[in-house]
Amino acid sequence: MCNDNKRAKLESYILENGEISPGIFKMVVASNRMESIAKAGQFVNLYCREGSRLLPRPISICEIDKENNTLTFVYGVVGKGTEEFSKIKAGEYIELLGPLGNGYNIDEEIDEHIIVGGGLGVPPLLELIKHLKGRKKVYLGFRSDSYLIEDFEKHGVQVLIATDDGSEGIKGTVLDLLKKDKARGKMVYACGPKPMLKAVADWAKDEKILAQLSLEERMGCGIGTCVGCVVRIKDGDTWDYKKVCVDGPVFFSEEVVWDV
Amino acid sequence: MYKDLNLEIDIGGVKLKNPVMTASGTFGAGKEYSEFIDLNQLGAVVVKGIATNPWIGNPPPRIAETYGGMLNAIGLQNLGVEHFINEDIPYLRKYDTKIVVNVIGKTMKEYCEVVERLSDQDVDLIELNISCPNIKEGGVNFGTNCNSVEDVTREVKKYAKQPVIVKLSPNVTDIVEIAKAAESGGADALSLINTITGMVIDINKRKPILANITGGLSGPAIKPIGVRMVYEVHKKVKLPIVGMGGIMNGDDAIEYILAGATGVAVGTANFVNPRATIDVLEGIVNYCNKYGIKDLSEIRGIV
Repeated sequence: MCNDNKRAKLESYILENGEISPGIFKMVVASNRMESIAKAGQFVNLYCREGSRLLPRPISICEIDKENNTLTFVYGVVGKGTEEFSKIKAGEYIELLGPLGNGYNIDEEIDEHIIVGGGLGVPPLLELIKHLKGRKKVYLGFRSDSYLIEDFEKHGVQVLIATDDGSEGIKGTVLDLLKKDKARGKMVYACGPKPMLKAVADWAKDEKILAQLSLEERMGCGIGTCVGCVVRIKDGDTWDYKKVCVDGPVFFSEEVVWDV
Repeated sequence: MYKDLNLEIDIGGVKLKNPVMTASGTFGAGKEYSEFIDLNQLGAVVVKGIATNPWIGNPPPRIAETYGGMLNAIGLQNLGVEHFINEDIPYLRKYDTKIVVNVIGKTMKEYCEVVERLSDQDVDLIELNISCPNIKEGGVNFGTNCNSVEDVTREVKKYAKQPVIVKLSPNVTDIVEIAKAAESGGADALSLINTITGMVIDINKRKPILANITGGLSGPAIKPIGVRMVYEVHKKVKLPIVGMGGIMNGDDAIEYILAGATGVAVGTANFVNPRATIDVLEGIVNYCNKYGIKDLSEIRGIV
């Protein structure tokens, strides 16, 4: 339908789609050149086929492969839409729009990085670590089953794990992990549930380390028009609602005004 | 594509090249969608609601999907009329499309102030939003009572230099009475319908999904209600109607036109497909070609 050099949703061929951990799926798509402009921390809108589910599902990009022209998404089945995605087979197509949002800010001068992920916030950090120069250490928190650990380790980074039930790594939160390991660095990159991000932000502030957080909010369009996915962001002495989809999803922690 | 087909419509004396408009609040002021579509192809861009001063809007979550629809409780977050005049009018004027400004307010005075401020501005039509269900003062409180509909319309008309479309709420017992009240107040046209107040509860958390508790339901789920209301109003009121509510494609738009709509506005569909407005336009053209229709007046309100 796109015949006027405008952006559009694209039917993308699915190369792979399967469960990698209970309730966690990995989808690899031939990404129609989306990969050529995609950056770590951005997301893509995935659209349901079932017509009763109107809104796109914003899914973070887990890996960008410019050689093979693919994007990888690792997503959790959290509702009917993601359940639908989980049942799509390799060889079928899915409608995508992206990449959307702003990725992580990567400063070449910074040479010591702390990467913190929790649960469904882990996937976008995998692409991120490929672009960070210098010393980097990854701290991941899961409820029980971990995933993607080997994929991180493949890139030569040390990964420390915390689980709620102690089945892997330490029993506790990723915050416990950061404290126990006396994590140090010049920049924190975090993605995960809001309470975790708040705790990471507080910790980073105490440690006087800058932090970039990837925030989440219920999203409508994903392109900045519905003004649904807002978060409170500092604006001088006050704050304003900024959109996760186009102003984020990554914000510096000192900008964020918490409501948790 | 449009050879021998006249799609032009007239809303209060303003000529639109075709009936496809955008529903306020789903299209910003057009900028984001210009990456996806050629705005020149639209009959009009109806911008997101504009108040005298910036409004912060409601706390999140503001969005919840429902079966065949969605609830929103944005709360009319906007940057105010001065920002609109300085930034959005110059931007939209680069395109060959009409500008319709959705005007919001908490009081009668605020509605009039925005309309007065716009009176010498280069915009084509005013859409008076007395039907937003997500704000505590103003909005739908004006739109659900015949007297206040008539009063606010009459008052705003004193300040307006552009024709005024009054956007009606479906959250009423009798839409025809409300439409007549707007007509008595001097409305030049009507938009219907705004969203229907609804609610979704997260059964795991045992609380409403929306921070505002309730929100406005839109999307295909409400289309039969919109079509019915356009049909009823068209039978009793002479004013041109902009029909909206769940228009996803050309067939949906034709349904509204058959029910009596002069223009059609595409809303929630923009979130589902950023090119939805163009798809609707192409669908209308295809329908006309299929049935040898030369002008939409041949089928408008014939049901």
